[in-house]
Amino acid sequence: MSDVNRVVVTGLGTVSPIGHTADSYWTNLKQGVCGIGPITQVPTPEELTQKVAAEVKDFDPLKHFDERQISMLDRVSQFAVVAAREAIAQAAITFDMPLSVRTATIIGCGAGGKGTLDDSFRRIYKENKTRLFPLTIPKLMVNAPASQISMQCGLRGPAFVVASACASATHAIGLAFHMVRSGQVDCAVTGGAEACLTFGGLRGWEAMRVMAPDTCRPFSKDRKGMILGEGAAMLVLEPLERAQARGAQILGEIVGFGMSADAADLTSPDLGGMTRAMEGALADAKLAPKDIQYVNAHGTGTAANDVAETKALHQVFGAQADKLAISSTKSMVGHALGASGALEMVATLLAMRDGIVPPTIGYLGPDPACDLDYVPNKARALAIEAALSNSFAFGGLNAVLAVKKFS
Amino acid sequence: MTNIASDVIAVIAKKVRADHPKIEMSDRLQDLGLESLDAVELVFDLEEKFDVQIPYNANDPKFEFDTVGEIVSAVERLVGKNKS
Repeated sequence: MSDVNRVVVTGLGTVSPIGHTADSYWTNLKQGVCGIGPITQVPTPEELTQKVAAEVKDFDPLKHFDERQISMLDRVSQFAVVAAREAIAQAAITFDMPLSVRTATIIGCGAGGKGTLDDSFRRIYKENKTRLFPLTIPKLMVNAPASQISMQCGLRGPAFVVASACASATHAIGLAFHMVRSGQVDCAVTGGAEACLTFGGLRGWEAMRVMAPDTCRPFSKDRKGMILGEGAAMLVLEPLERAQARGAQILGEIVGFGMSADAADLTSPDLGGMTRAMEGALADAKLAPKDIQYVNAHGTGTAANDVAETKALHQVFGAQADKLAISSTKSMVGHALGASGALEMVATLLAMRDGIVPPTIGYLGPDPACDLDYVPNKARALAIEAALSNSFAFGGLNAVLAVKKFS
Repeated sequence: MTNIASDVIAVIAKKVRADHPKIEMSDRLQDLGLESLDAVELVFDLEEKFDVQIPYNANDPKFEFDTVGEIVSAVERLVGKNKS
């Protein structure tokens, strides 16, 4: 199939630890507001080593759904639908026929309805109940966020969830981008959602011994690891021609998508896989390294990721690497796993639109193995013509998106 | 060798290649071919076996164990603490 369309973003929606709309999220990112704090959703007994996370605070489902709907919606689907509604409202698009059947819903989600799963297991194994709630399975299924968005927003084209752990949303947006570019669909609602802060989940992450006890300090000296987050971010993608014809506001253009698999270690990052994904995105976008001013890094704050990502950036960008502004917004919103790529794509698009790079907060000083410009602690004004957003998942699955300022 | 030391070595031996000769207290974990995930699993196995909590964070260099002997003394210390 020939690639017929330029693909633009006309709507954004976000539910994040530092704001329940794309606007408030972006305002707080620019100000370096940290969304990481003591966990309140689940008990944190003394021996639990990980007592902080980036929770979505004060999210009241009743503001968005009636009680009957809530009984069908795990927290992850609530986040997904709220963010999708916001993105669609901003795009000012109506999904009548035939657009409804020509619109894709492709959503990244790593873990599905973890809260529902955890509650169900507690009921059976701890409380010795013999019955579960009737909608347990359709609430917790990993495709629920895509199904719920399609149902609630009336989207009848291709719809599914992409699960590739921490790269899920980036893979989802990349697929949606390619489908709109090729003319397979006329519009896409895409992004990612995650709500994984359950007691069982926390114990699982704790057991990996990669979590920071205090906060997330990507690329910094004395960084102690990851911090979990949650939330959702959604984008409306459409062909440039269609967006212009209906006079839509254009927030940016998606121009390239690269993917790779490490086929190496289960959890350790791999230089080759990261490099091939970034090079793939640049080639797909027909951009050269010198065309990029900003990289929204995967930047998890682990010892291993940040060193490997720095090396991969050196390899891909050569002498240009020193000129890049690089930041990890996970320093403010933690690692929202399957939603992270979408939260980061929203940050990247708005950074490009406004000419402001969000900072990497919590930065204590340079680590000799991380020797690039990570925009420490304070946002910076910078004209951005094109940018990359990196996602590198456990299991060695990598995805990178390239975006360009619309002109 | 104490009982704890031989038990620790038995746990480590399960993570090491079968053809490796006898494990010594002075052996470095890296030389035994233990990688980062092996270390995480090893710490878990030791915690389960001795009912202790080993403060290990893969990101923090000060928690690194270099040799078999260092692990043995860490476990001996933690087991001692549990008894007192």
